[in-house]
Amino acid sequence: MPLVLELRGITKSFPGVLANDAIDLSVEKGKILALLGENGAGKTTLMNILYGLYKPDKGQIFINGEEVVIHDPSDAIARGIGMVHQHFMLIPVMTATENVMLGVEPIRNGIFLDKAKVAKRILEISKQYDLDVDPHAYIGDLPVGAQQRVEIIKVLYRQADILILDEPTAVLTPQEVEGLFKVLRSLVENGKSVIFITHKLKEVLAIADTITVLRSGRVVGTVNSKEASQEKLASMMVGREVNLVVKKKTASPKDVVLSVKDLYVRDERQNLTVNGASFDVRAGEILGVAGVQGNGQTELVYALTGLAPVVSGEISIMDKPVRHSSPRNILKRGVAHIPEDRQRHGLILPFPVHDNLILCTYYQRPFAKGLALQQKVIIETAGKLVEQFDIRTPNVFVPVSTLSGGNQQKVIVAREFSRPIKLLIASQPTRGLDVGSIEYIHGRIIAKRDEGIAVLLVSPELDEIIALSDRIAVMYKGQIVDIVPAAKVNKAYLGLLMAGVKSSEALEATPTTSGENEVERVF
Amino acid sequence: MKAKATQTNSEASGQKEAPIYEGDRRKVSKLIQTLLVPVLAVLTGFIIGAVVIASSNDAVIAAYRNFFHAPGAALVATLKAITTAYGALFYGSFGSIAEIYHGIQTYYATGDSKSFLLGIYPFTESLATVTPYILAGLAVAVGFKCGLFNIGAEGQFGIGALCSAFVGYSIHGLPWYIHLPLAMLAGAAGGAIWGAIPGLLKGLTGAHEVVNTIMMNYISFRLSDWLLNGPMKATGYRPLTPVIENSAMLPRFFPDPLRFNWGFFVALAIAGFVYWFLFKTTLGFEIRAVGANPDGARYAGMNIVRNFVVAMTLSGALAGLAGATQVLGIDHWVGQGFSAGYGFDSIAIALLGQSHPLGVVLAALLWGTLRSGATSMQSLAGVPIEIISIIQGLVIVFVAAPAVIRWIYRIRAISTQTTVLTRGWGK
Amino acid sequence: MTTNLVHKNAKRTNFRTRLAPSILLIVAGLAIILLFGMNIEPGLNTTFGLTPLGNKSVIPIPNLVLPVQLAIYVLALVVFFVAGWQLARGIHSTGILAGVVAFCFVAAFLTWAAKGNSMDLVGMMNTSLVRATPIALAALCGVISERAGVVNIAIEGIMLMSALASVMVATLAHNLYAGLLAGILTGMIVAGLHAILVIQFKVDQIISGVAINIIGTGATSFISNRYMQMYTDKINNSGVFPNIPIPLLAKIPILGPVVFENNIIVYIMLILVAVTFVLLFYTRWGLRTRAVGEHPKAADTLGINVYLMRYVNVILGGLIAGIGGAYFTIGAVGRFDKLMTAGKGFIGLAAMIFGNWNPVGALGSSLIFGFADSLQIKMQILDIPVPSEFLQMAPYLVTIIVLAGLVGRVHPPAADGTAYEKQ
Repeated sequence: MPLVLELRGITKSFPGVLANDAIDLSVEKGKILALLGENGAGKTTLMNILYGLYKPDKGQIFINGEEVVIHDPSDAIARGIGMVHQHFMLIPVMTATENVMLGVEPIRNGIFLDKAKVAKRILEISKQYDLDVDPHAYIGDLPVGAQQRVEIIKVLYRQADILILDEPTAVLTPQEVEGLFKVLRSLVENGKSVIFITHKLKEVLAIADTITVLRSGRVVGTVNSKEASQEKLASMMVGREVNLVVKKKTASPKDVVLSVKDLYVRDERQNLTVNGASFDVRAGEILGVAGVQGNGQTELVYALTGLAPVVSGEISIMDKPVRHSSPRNILKRGVAHIPEDRQRHGLILPFPVHDNLILCTYYQRPFAKGLALQQKVIIETAGKLVEQFDIRTPNVFVPVSTLSGGNQQKVIVAREFSRPIKLLIASQPTRGLDVGSIEYIHGRIIAKRDEGIAVLLVSPELDEIIALSDRIAVMYKGQIVDIVPAAKVNKAYLGLLMAGVKSSEALEATPTTSGENEVERVF
Repeated sequence: MKAKATQTNSEASGQKEAPIYEGDRRKVSKLIQTLLVPVLAVLTGFIIGAVVIASSNDAVIAAYRNFFHAPGAALVATLKAITTAYGALFYGSFGSIAEIYHGIQTYYATGDSKSFLLGIYPFTESLATVTPYILAGLAVAVGFKCGLFNIGAEGQFGIGALCSAFVGYSIHGLPWYIHLPLAMLAGAAGGAIWGAIPGLLKGLTGAHEVVNTIMMNYISFRLSDWLLNGPMKATGYRPLTPVIENSAMLPRFFPDPLRFNWGFFVALAIAGFVYWFLFKTTLGFEIRAVGANPDGARYAGMNIVRNFVVAMTLSGALAGLAGATQVLGIDHWVGQGFSAGYGFDSIAIALLGQSHPLGVVLAALLWGTLRSGATSMQSLAGVPIEIISIIQGLVIVFVAAPAVIRWIYRIRAISTQTTVLTRGWGK
Repeated sequence: MTTNLVHKNAKRTNFRTRLAPSILLIVAGLAIILLFGMNIEPGLNTTFGLTPLGNKSVIPIPNLVLPVQLAIYVLALVVFFVAGWQLARGIHSTGILAGVVAFCFVAAFLTWAAKGNSMDLVGMMNTSLVRATPIALAALCGVISERAGVVNIAIEGIMLMSALASVMVATLAHNLYAGLLAGILTGMIVAGLHAILVIQFKVDQIISGVAINIIGTGATSFISNRYMQMYTDKINNSGVFPNIPIPLLAKIPILGPVVFENNIIVYIMLILVAVTFVLLFYTRWGLRTRAVGEHPKAADTLGINVYLMRYVNVILGGLIAGIGGAYFTIGAVGRFDKLMTAGKGFIGLAAMIFGNWNPVGALGSSLIFGFADSLQIKMQILDIPVPSEFLQMAPYLVTIIVLAGLVGRVHPPAADGTAYEKQ
């Protein structure tokens, strides 16, 4: 089959980092290539080069055998390359039509936008590729799956022949992933070629024809998906034998630490994002909240930590109601919180490491006597924590912004775990981290659970939830639709619940078969 | 069991490798680099100011008409204009060494201190002028530390001045050790309230403090107009307050007309207090955290609204105190236009001093000295005082955009953190 | 089961949320009666002049004569009625609520203030429009700039400098249009400076704006002191644009004298509002501008040059602000005085926020500020027992109140104020 795209020797470095090191890549026409690698391997950089957002230091790009230089995204678009980014490039206050036509707007009567024409074309593409989209809907009102469809239409509207999808399944339920795969197969049947960037092994084997594995900026190897296995791919990705299974003891939960009853929370736009959620978490167990991002998990955590006002319902920690408590009072009750956005919410980036390590306790003894801070004590304690938690930093005085993502997360973990706590709320604790850090954080969470702490784990990664949790709750449109013990978990069942199917129907649709319940790491 | 993390190279944007710990030599060079931009900024501002002075000087213009016949004369005229202007500036700021020396000699010879006092007059005037700048600069700096842009220093200054003047002239028969602190407190309180209002509005509604403090400025101008023409007017025609009681005046070190007073040391002491407050207390820690990352601060349990209000109140109090020291130490009464210029000057001082109390003191010394000298520049060299405003604006631009200075002087960039003040208009 | 609970909660919160505004309205109504309706001699009338004296072109209509006490009670009644409606059913749009109450309050105030006298209402409305013009132009400058994501606090400084430039050139060239052009060019150049600092050098947008304001105030005061006083006739005496009545339209009662008999800058302002509105929402340039202001990265990935768009928009805004600055001198008094803009640049920003970054909304809110401005002038003439300085505070207080009430309900462009970093 002819090569629609070929990259030869692509090299790109940033200050202090060699992101891409002499990468060779080729895509056959009408095939799906998966670009596999863990967080930080260089996949997105490579694709950004292809899309004209970066310029490579060295290397060549060939499209249909002809060498090309891509200066900027309009170049890439003109050459038939379209990219669907991991974080959508959509404007929430504009309609789907406006978003699709941006940059290539047709004009009528000399200066006026011709929105009707674009809307018509959107419906045509919609039909052809089975991408259901309302052209006049505002992006901000659309669910995430629909937004992704708009992104794909955006790319097809510009007549792309090569589509790049960057981590497209991060925000989809298992059923929606199947739907996406159907669309991809239909695209390929129509002669398009697809590059699919991901770090998820299962998906890669399900959809790709060829798999290229990147590690630390270099190509480790290219395999045919029929000849590959999860273990082989995993070890290629990480460079060592990977233990795909999390080892943990069975839990022995004790008293209820966190109790949530009929919780209702509004967001800034007065929408009810938590719509009557109820659950308990006991000491010594991990309750995992599964669900596609955007179903109220974020607001649930905000309400539990005192950051969002509660419309009605009860929250109790150790039998004390905390619904109206301030964030500080909730922290004082022994709650630790690992936020989903570590740089925005978890740290004060310009502050030194030692200040970040006492961010929640600076006003208490021994760190402060009355108003006066006790610098010596703070620095000593910080030094101990850095050692204890293996935080890679030259010293405690550097701004925490100079640390890598994994080490920043360790600072947060060190801070939260060094207080006496009863409840740990962890939101997407391993987002964007490399394998080593993921292993570390998972280990620490399980260790805390074994110490008798109650853990509430919120993550859109279903595999992570299944790997760590003792019980799994599924959240859909602000409600907890079911809670199942992890030992009896059935991934397909959970997937249906995450998509909004009612519990009874989902049960019928997914009879348990033995051998399905693998407790696996996130890949 | 510790996990062995394979050190993977991080993805493109933002994640640098941790730097090697700097030895002492590197520390010194970093200090030089931190000072370099402000120093160059001031220098460049003066160079541009020189251009403006020269081009607005009649003699210079006349000389340039004949440029091609006598280029030397044109250059000479230019240099003369600039040196006369900046010479007058220097004289106005520091006086002349010769005169001071002569004054000392005279004093030792005859016991008459008059010529000595005249000799040191410019310098002491400079110090007296510096005093309110230290406090006003601290006011804006505290705001910056919390991520707030207090453009209302001028209004807070004015209100503080009025309050302290009121206590100064309306209460009789108190000993100075009660009256003076009371008057200063009144000034601080007045400024504090004027600053707290925009702070509250920002905290509760998210309304941007830039527009609100500017509005409060205009309101304070009108208010003071009314007060000076009405309830607070001294007898007579002119809109000014009565002179304050002796017991409320800040004591001076030298006889009239030297106006150097205790206020200078009060200001230095307060600068020390602000340093301790910002860097050694829990409240200061919170304020700086909120300024650096309000989201993160909130997550850590800090009360954003309270910190905004505290910072703006403190900021207003400092500006009000600045007005108080000006009244109680220098003028002893308040007239119209009392606070003119202090608002923008204090912004320049805070920026130059990188919002650090020590930097603010140094920058205030520079600025106050210049302002003091500028009156001489106007009277001796005929250059309007507003030239200082132009230089000021340029200095602000250069300090806020180190990139411009680096581009002009081809300096390599170092990583500095700049306060981000713009967060749009609301929450 | 869950739905019932939600409904119950919904009804309960609704009543409570309805209660607060209606109480405020009742208080407002009472205020109207207590402040304005007490101690009025019966038979006292206020005459609102609806035809400007000496105006030949308009079709004359009789004046509006209101019996004071009755009028005030009627207005209070209207407010109470609205209060009742709010309590019973709730009024969705806070704008309508605020608008009705404000109207009644102001009308009552005017009736009371001019009791026993006559007041040229049409003249006052015209003054409002005229005083609103520089504010609206400043607001438009802000809208165009901020829709593309660049905060421009420097409008005040830009207007000062344009005011100076336009009067100087107009006097020197004996031509007002040359002055206008000079003002426009000045505005564009200074705005361009702001753009370079902010886009190229990534200076904090507020700091750059403040610095330009400082330089602008300093430079214009410098030139005013150094040159304007001495050479007044040569460079500071330009005359003003005359009022140009538009044939036919100027005859319409009320509307004619208010809108269609103004000078060219007012007309330009009105045209610019309409043009900006159409351009922003119906053309390619407008769509891309808004995209750049909401999500510059998205626009970038679609091949739109974010930097270029921001430059263009800021400089266009400067053009408009330049016209606004020219208004102060060649549109109003024919000479430059130090600091003559008196904060109108900042009030324009408040009008922009109040108008939700929409050109037509900006015009509406500018009219409100213009009205406050003309009101305080009128009150000084009418000799009311409120000191003039307090009346002069009115526009600034209104700005504060407006900002406090509206932030959070208005939606600035999402990327407003953030520098764009291309990687």
